[in-house]
Amino acid sequence: MAGRALGALAAAALVAAPPLLPKYSLEILISILFFAYLGLAWNILGGYAGQFSFGHAAFFGIGAYTSTLLLLRAGVSPWLGMLAGGALAAAFGLFEGYLSFRYGLRGPYFSLVTLAFAEMLRVVSVNAKAVGASLGLVVPTGTPAPLLFVFGGKLPYYYVILAMTGLALLITGAVARGRLGYALIAVRENEDAAEAAGVNALGSKLAAMALSSFLTALGGTFYAQYFAYIDPTITFGPAISIQGLLPAIVGGAGTVLGPLLGSFVLTPISELTRAMLRGRAGADIMLYGLILVLVISFLPQGLMGWRRAVRRSAR
Amino acid sequence: MSLLELRGLGKRFGGLTAVTGLDLAIEPGEIVGLIGPNGAGKTTVFHLVAGYHRPTSGTIRFKDASIVGLKPHAICRRGLARTFQLVQPFAGLTAVENVMVGAFNRERDTAAARRHAEEILDLVGLGGKRSVPARELTLSDRKRLEMARGLATGPDLLLLDEVMSGLNPTEIEAMVGLIRAIHGRGITLLIIEHVMRAVMTLSHRLVVLHHGENIAEGPPAAVARDRRVIEAYLGEEDGAA
Amino acid sequence: MSGLLLQAVVSGLLLGGVYGLVASGLTLIFGVLRIINFAHGAVMMLGMYASYWLWVWLGVDPYLSVLLTAPAFFVLGMGIQRLVIEPNRQAAEHNQLLLTLGLALFLENLALVLWQGDFRTLRVPYANASFVIGDALVEVSRLVAAGGAVLIALALFVFLRRTDVGKAIRALAEEREGAMLVGIDVARIRSVAFGIGSACVAVAGALITPFFYIAPDVGESFNLMAFVVVVLGGMGNFIGALLGGLIVGLAESLGAALLPGSLKQLVVFVIFVLVLLFRPEGLFGGARGR
Repeated sequence: MAGRALGALAAAALVAAPPLLPKYSLEILISILFFAYLGLAWNILGGYAGQFSFGHAAFFGIGAYTSTLLLLRAGVSPWLGMLAGGALAAAFGLFEGYLSFRYGLRGPYFSLVTLAFAEMLRVVSVNAKAVGASLGLVVPTGTPAPLLFVFGGKLPYYYVILAMTGLALLITGAVARGRLGYALIAVRENEDAAEAAGVNALGSKLAAMALSSFLTALGGTFYAQYFAYIDPTITFGPAISIQGLLPAIVGGAGTVLGPLLGSFVLTPISELTRAMLRGRAGADIMLYGLILVLVISFLPQGLMGWRRAVRRSAR
Repeated sequence: MSLLELRGLGKRFGGLTAVTGLDLAIEPGEIVGLIGPNGAGKTTVFHLVAGYHRPTSGTIRFKDASIVGLKPHAICRRGLARTFQLVQPFAGLTAVENVMVGAFNRERDTAAARRHAEEILDLVGLGGKRSVPARELTLSDRKRLEMARGLATGPDLLLLDEVMSGLNPTEIEAMVGLIRAIHGRGITLLIIEHVMRAVMTLSHRLVVLHHGENIAEGPPAAVARDRRVIEAYLGEEDGAA
Repeated sequence: MSGLLLQAVVSGLLLGGVYGLVASGLTLIFGVLRIINFAHGAVMMLGMYASYWLWVWLGVDPYLSVLLTAPAFFVLGMGIQRLVIEPNRQAAEHNQLLLTLGLALFLENLALVLWQGDFRTLRVPYANASFVIGDALVEVSRLVAAGGAVLIALALFVFLRRTDVGKAIRALAEEREGAMLVGIDVARIRSVAFGIGSACVAVAGALITPFFYIAPDVGESFNLMAFVVVVLGGMGNFIGALLGGLIVGLAESLGAALLPGSLKQLVVFVIFVLVLLFRPEGLFGGARGR
């Protein structure tokens, strides 16, 4: 099938081409994959389980801070710290999820609660000297040390985020085609009917929450190691929450490729805008806002949904 | 040991008593019809048995174990499936995908679930409509789909809530046949129905509910002649809207 | 009562009055349109900038500027509702939420692009006027803001009770189908409600410019506060919004007095989560939540 061949070609290009790319292009590609990764992670809870979290920054920040603190205070390699951060984020996600789903918070109320939890973590970090308060933490990246997730050039970081994105795609695909995917879609469509068909609604949503928060936290560690600096606003602030969900919405929530497609469209636009309107902070996000309004208004199922509709009418 | 046993079952919603002092036992292999005038509490009984409401009094035992307080999905896993009075398909999924949701109760992997779902779809006569989105199915087909989804969970007891409502005579005939076929596979059935003809022919036994109480029970012919039953139905026609 | 505590109570009630006005607009919008307007804070921010520029360019006193900004933002609000929100009325709930989020992002960053992120302050000559009650210092500007907020909220309340448009709004909020059946132009009422909500929040912004900093992100914190107040007071419950505003203002202020740093915000969030979990219809009861 043409689609499969195209996909294979794209994958091959993503693996083989980067060593040949100029530094600036490589940076943009890393950004694209980074936001695609966050979008894929968010999509498991937002797209498949239908629970729109506006506070995924909570998990991002937990991941970033956990691995960084373990590194700075105990010399633990961020490769391990990543997993610890993921586990902690999953635990926090289960806590948040259990409270919310058990008490029947749905739709906008769930979104608000997740926002509140992320904000709470931000406020706590700002006031906690032990984690650097508002000054944040600097990750030592002077000398390259692959075992400590520190690389000399950008290329290794690219391959790390490529691998992470590939992993996220595989996990999403497995979920979507498997038992959990069917359960989540059923619960999303009609929770009562799903229960009647033997689906554990609460359990399914919690599983999605745990998976989504775990993966998001890994993204937080990547950010910390790549940018070498984290602070409460960057990691727990609403910006990262929103930038994480936009690719999924624009690309098509509830699809496997949606977040990837969405990021390939959005991130270059953002980069281009910032390059063209140098010194005008906020222009790229302003454009994001406009795009979001337009997508919701005219392509509510995102780009993947538009593609589906086009194919259907072509038959 | 009865398959399903209700003892002194009662449910009050605030000041309204929906079900009161209900005793009912369903034996394996039976088809029991649950009838009664509108508002008699029949669907409430289904909600109680399937775990959507908690009874305010009484016990519910399924396969000799209490299921009171269990979540609906847990009750389903024990072998009790139900349909809804107003059909509830997963509109965005195709027919086979709908049934697969139920099939996953019996099969672990997707391919096996799909095979199982396809088999069930053939049984209910929707074999040719596997890939049709549920929202595009007719009412009659949606009812079959709902039954298929319940069947896919591999139940020992199936609760059918007014599956004949809204169907024309031909469809009703076909549905009676389907119910018999399901029964033929060894599934016990408890049926709420208003289409008297159908429930009379199908049921081994009828239970009549009125104002939440069991007012009569027995073979269809006997129940039909029971004076209290006739009064209950006539009373509804006369006064209550 | 110790001086610190009295000060906290006074400050809390004064700011709480403003929260109440901001929340009134939000709860009105929710009651009629059934959407949680994420762009509410952004509109407030724009209202603050409007008053700021009127002061800087034309020397218009911020309190008087409301005479210009209120009608302007009423029209702006109606425009936003007609252009962006109304066409998507049938969209999924989470999509409508994303719609107002997109609007918020657009407006906030538009301000950032136009006016940069530097904090600005509006210095009126009477900015430092204050008097003393017991051990507590009361700044006149804060008192006027609170007083003005409560007055406007009450005026809104009367408007909803006494005028035809107000009654139509309440009718639509309480019983949508009934309102349509009796011939109320529901689309127009929806626009009007959004317009009024926007005007309210722009006025609230104007009222606080004498003592609050002005920046593109100033709306964000008020946004969150407004959500808390509306949930606390009950979605669509007008009086609840006012009382909720006072409660939240007090809680925040007492939190600031008792907790170090900026942990006061935690108090508000904890209240928020608790209410959402255990009493989602709000302390005073509101439209069907969850």
